[in-house]
Order: sequence, then structure tokens, then C-alpha cells
Amino acid sequence: MKKHHVSTTINGDPVEFLCEPQLTLLDVLRDQLQMTGSKEGCSSGDCGACSVTVDGRLVCSCLMLAVEAEGHAIETIEGMARKDDLHPLQQKFLEHAALQCGFCTPGLLIASKALLERNPDPTETEARYWLAGNLCRCTGYDKIIRAVLDAAAEMRTKSAEMRAK
Amino acid sequence: MPALGYSAPSTVEDAVRILAGASGTAKVLSGGTDLLVQLRSGRIKPAHIVDTKKIPGIFGIREQDGRFIIGAATSGAVIGEHQRLRQAWPGVVEGANLIGSTQIQGRASLAGNLCNASPAADSVPALIAAQATCVVAGTGGQREVPVQSIVTGPGRTSLKPDEFILEFRLPKRPPRSADAYLRFIPRNEMDIAVVGAGVNVTLDAAGICTDARVVLGAVAPTAVLVAAAATAVIGRKLDDGALSALDAAARAACRPIDDKRGTIAYRTKVAGVMARRAATIAFERAGERQ
Repeated sequence: MKKHHVSTTINGDPVEFLCEPQLTLLDVLRDQLQMTGSKEGCSSGDCGACSVTVDGRLVCSCLMLAVEAEGHAIETIEGMARKDDLHPLQQKFLEHAALQCGFCTPGLLIASKALLERNPDPTETEARYWLAGNLCRCTGYDKIIRAVLDAAAEMRTKSAEMRAK
Repeated sequence: MPALGYSAPSTVEDAVRILAGASGTAKVLSGGTDLLVQLRSGRIKPAHIVDTKKIPGIFGIREQDGRFIIGAATSGAVIGEHQRLRQAWPGVVEGANLIGSTQIQGRASLAGNLCNASPAADSVPALIAAQATCVVAGTGGQREVPVQSIVTGPGRTSLKPDEFILEFRLPKRPPRSADAYLRFIPRNEMDIAVVGAGVNVTLDAAGICTDARVVLGAVAPTAVLVAAAATAVIGRKLDDGALSALDAAARAACRPIDDKRGTIAYRTKVAGVMARRAATIAFERAGERQ
């Protein structure tokens, strides 16, 4: 089968790969690039475990062909922490015990980050609707929502402090 | 399995040429949120995929003499963020934004929602109510056709194998006109419509309806433009009499199926309710534009 050459950017790094056209971005991330943080849950766009952003837009990487990544900027869970410094969302997920098995967590973190980039002060309802495409079978969602809202509050305080300086 | 081909042409002519010359089935890719599910489940086995998103103008929204032109592959998220479109066509935007989750909105397009040809497609009733047209490109050139001429039955369209949709056009709005789309699902988010209702109305200065289009989704093999429901409200204010006439006309137009989402009797009853509620919202919005 003819392979396509794809040049893309993943978490700020230029990345090139060869892939067959039927492979999804998720297939290539996990199986070729060894970036296994994005999870394959349903493969039909229902569960959100494979969430990544493409040019800042939240998408399911299971519903995008890898060849479509050509020329676009992809962000995955692997780019979220700065070395040992966790992103505030990651830290708050730990503090609030917003995960049990952890399978949905990368997708929820990526989706929550996309939310807070657009809306730094979401209401609980806004957060719940935004995250409706990320399924979690363990937590019952309350702890996740608390973690997201708490992270949002902390990030707002920090950016206010930065502005004051 | 024969090799799957993929092309991402950057001109309409190239896209048409590839579609026309494909050996075996060629599928048009916009956002892919339906196409990839079908591809991976084995429900479709195309020989070739033509990604249209590199064609200029196929992604994005522009205004031209009071009309809005929405590129066929424009994502729901981009549609929802367009303030002027939301202001002019709130019902069209509501329909487009009800398709799937935030993630799905990041990719799902009007052309995909239409050409997937599900009777329950959320963006379609409001587009038909809006008298939207679409520009279809093919070997013979381009033609502008009403949105309701595209879907011919569940999973079937009137498009020829070498044709694809380039853009949607929403007409210039008269004063005091507005639209609304509502769908019923048994949960709060992320489900397929049991019934959808799109209503687009124009009022005169006294609040009397001078023009209306009422379209129901998920109650027949295709979205249904219900002329009798429009007649029920034209020439009057939206009083109790008009609402019950609208309700009855909507119910009479239903030809639904029984399935896990709802029985025939239930869908028919809910269609009347959704038509009334969507009409109430559309009238309120139009009235606020005095």
C-alpha cells in the first residue's frame, strides 16, 4: 500500500512520518511515534479518550486520518507538563482524586486545557457541557469538575499576579 | 483488501477529476466524523478518499450583500464562534452546534452532516427552514440547488459520484425575521435526535407572521418541510389557536419509525411539541428585531 509522507508539528517539535492512508492520527501517535498517552477507547468519537488539539482545536484523534495532520500543529498529553512541572490541571486532578483507573484522564486533561484557554472562568454547567464528550466510568465526574474549576481559579489568580508584577 | 487511495486536491477541478476517475467508490472527506466511523467499522469500503479541505473557500464563513456563505467543510466550532452568523441565523447555528461533542464540533461540517443523509441530522432542518442552497461541483460545472434536494433517503443523496458540495448559501434576511432549532433527546447532551424541529419566520410590524417555514427531522426518511405547519401560522400572531394548528399540522406530517429512541406514537406527539416550542422561540426572536 502506498505510504504518504507527512510533515507536522507535535507539541512544538517538527515531526515527519510515513503512513498508510487508512491509519488514524491516533494509530500513528501510539504505534509509530510511541506517544501512548492518548488512549483508544471507543474508536468512534464517543468517549474522548483520544482527545488532542489540532491548531488549537479540540478533536478526537481516532476520527482524523494521520495524513490530514500534514502542515498542522498537534498538541498531545505528552506536551502538557513542562518536564517535572505538572500543568495546574494535572496537579488539581491529583489533589482532587479526579481519576481512578486513569484511562480517560489524558483526554479529559487535554479537553479541560482547551476549555480554559477559551474560557478561563467557566461555570460548572459550561465545564460539564464542554466535557460531555469525555466519558469516565470511575469517578462519576464530580471530582473531575471540581478539579477543573479549582485549576481554573488557580490559573486566574496566577495570571492576575503576573499582570500585577 | 485493495489499497486505499488518498488525495487532498487544492482545486475544485482536480477534486472533480479524481472523483470522476476513481476506480471503485470514492468518498469525499470533510470533517470525517461520520466517514471515519463507517470506514473503520467496515460499513463502507471506498477505493479512494478525497479530502476537500485544501480547496480554497471550502472552510470558513463569508458575508456577501447580506447573505452568508458557509464553506462546506467549515467545522461546527467555527460556525458557533461566528458572532454575526449567530445573530442573523441563530437556528442554523443551533442545529450545527448540536452535532456531537466539543471534539466532534472541532471537525464536523454541514456538508458531512447533510451527505451522511441521516434522517436525524441536526443541521438539516434549520438549513431547509432557512431556504439555504448549496453549490454542488461536478464534471459539468457548478449548480446551486436547495438543501432539501440533496437527501433522497436514509444514507442516500442525489449527488452523482463525481459531485461534492462546495458551499452553503443563506439568503439575505428580511426585517423582523428569525429562526430556531430544537431537538428532543432523552439526555442532556451527546445523543441522536428523537425529533428535531427547525422554524424560520418573518413578522410584520404588528407581529403578524407573513412568512414561515417549518421543517421536522427524525420523523420520516428525510427531513420534512411541512407546508401545512407554515400555513397554520402565516397571517396570524402566535396565539393558542395558531400553536395548536401548528402542532396538529406537524403531527400529521410525521412518518416515523419505531426504534430504540422512540415509538411512532411518541415521535409523532413530540414532533408537535418541538414544532410549537421552536416556533415560539423563532417568533420571540423575530419580534425582538422590530
